[in-house]
Amino acid sequence: MRSEPLIVASGLAVGYDGEAAISGVDFSLAPGERMALLGPNGGGKTTLLQALLGELRPLAGELRVGARCATVPQTERSRLDYPVSALDVAAMGALSRLPWWRRPGRREREAAMEALRKVGLGDLAGETFGKLSGGRRQRVLIARSLVQDAEILLLDEPFSGLDRPSSEALEELIDTLAGEGRAVMIATHDLEQARRWDSVLCLNRGQVAVGPPEQVLDLAVLEATYGGAIVQLPGSSARAILPPHHH
Amino acid sequence: MRRAMVEVTLIGVAGGALGCWVVLYRLSYAAESLAHSIFPGLVIAVLAGVPLLVGAIPGIIVAALAIAAASRIPDVTREVAIGVVVTTLFGLGVLLALSPESPPGLGEILFGDVLGPTDADLAAAGVLVAAVTAGLIALHGRLLTGGFDPGAARALGASPGTTEAALLVLLALAIVVAVQGLGNLLVVAVFVGPAAAARGLTERIAPMIALAIALAVLAGFAGLYLSYYAGTAGGASVALAIVAIYLLSLPLGRLVGAGREKRVEAEATIG
Repeated sequence: MRSEPLIVASGLAVGYDGEAAISGVDFSLAPGERMALLGPNGGGKTTLLQALLGELRPLAGELRVGARCATVPQTERSRLDYPVSALDVAAMGALSRLPWWRRPGRREREAAMEALRKVGLGDLAGETFGKLSGGRRQRVLIARSLVQDAEILLLDEPFSGLDRPSSEALEELIDTLAGEGRAVMIATHDLEQARRWDSVLCLNRGQVAVGPPEQVLDLAVLEATYGGAIVQLPGSSARAILPPHHH
Repeated sequence: MRRAMVEVTLIGVAGGALGCWVVLYRLSYAAESLAHSIFPGLVIAVLAGVPLLVGAIPGIIVAALAIAAASRIPDVTREVAIGVVVTTLFGLGVLLALSPESPPGLGEILFGDVLGPTDADLAAAGVLVAAVTAGLIALHGRLLTGGFDPGAARALGASPGTTEAALLVLLALAIVVAVQGLGNLLVVAVFVGPAAAARGLTERIAPMIALAIALAVLAGFAGLYLSYYAGTAGGASVALAIVAIYLLSLPLGRLVGAGREKRVEAEATIG
């Protein structure tokens, strides 16, 4: 890709209380690139996402984030009993542009409405967030990041718990957003999905590999990434990752 | 009686509105603790013969600082820190209150005196309630975002720590107002009951706040009338009216919820 990368990390180490949770991370992310973030639970995916958001400072190396980053967390981490509509949630994306004493007003709500239409939820704008299905909640949070005007979207396991139609709709949306020049980084456990995207970054407390999936995803890399959690599927040559436990 | 009505209206507005955030941020324990920990400040005000506000404001600042300091001790969780500080301060208040020189008036501090505010008390309460309301309006967007999604709040421009700290400051101001009417032991009722009832009956934050204020003021009036005609203690009557409204809201909330589900199902079938 010709354009300047939006994220460049070199020799990056990040962690908590001065102790590195991941180290030796080197990659760049270009506009329009869809990058899968692979790794076991505890392998440092969330730590890297926090560093990209500026919530954790590099302990070593360099990290340059050249555009606004928005996070799309797992929706179970939001309060599902909260008295807010899909539109209220999407409008929260406008907050960072407003002075502290202002709340999202009519213009911001219009932008939120437009973002909801874009993710295919225009007619559910008035629905209570917690009552929407998992896939729709995920799309509301993506709409929120569009209202934030973010050029980089960080999705933390957005497909976990989604049924097939919801997954397909979300994957299509990711393609559309990347097609518009946004860089999208997606933490996932689904290798088949990762193969359809532009690049993969494999993390297991350090960087195992980075590059186009067809070059990177071989058995040696997968074993180094997932260790014992990788299994041979019975009756085929395919391999799969044991599903992680979610709490 | 007219002064008492103004008093319960002011308490209802501050308590109902702020209570919604107390309930959504799960700060009921913090609200109760803050209220109890200003007890020594109130007792000192009575001993010195100055308005309660003069003792309450430094009292609440000392309590907040002590809780913050105690939470910084390694291996002490915030709940433990609050528990230790509150019992220490409340104990200190009781010690002062039960000293031989203590003038009468202890009952009013503990259980409130909705019928006794002076014009100056009401004016001070009015200013504080206006400040709390202005603060809540200004911070609305950030409060909503911080409570909904604390993990992403910072990236969205609503630092969760600052937002919660601001909320606690507003809560402290509102407690200072409400404690004069409802008393040190009962004040927490107005911050939890009306908002919890409104939560069960509404699906959005704005109607929740409006309903919580209305219920809090209604309970205030009901308590006043009960106290006036039955000769019961004012603060306790208001607190009991709040509890009654909350209990009544439970079956009503279930009905409203069931109606809503039915409507959604019907829409799903049609659509």
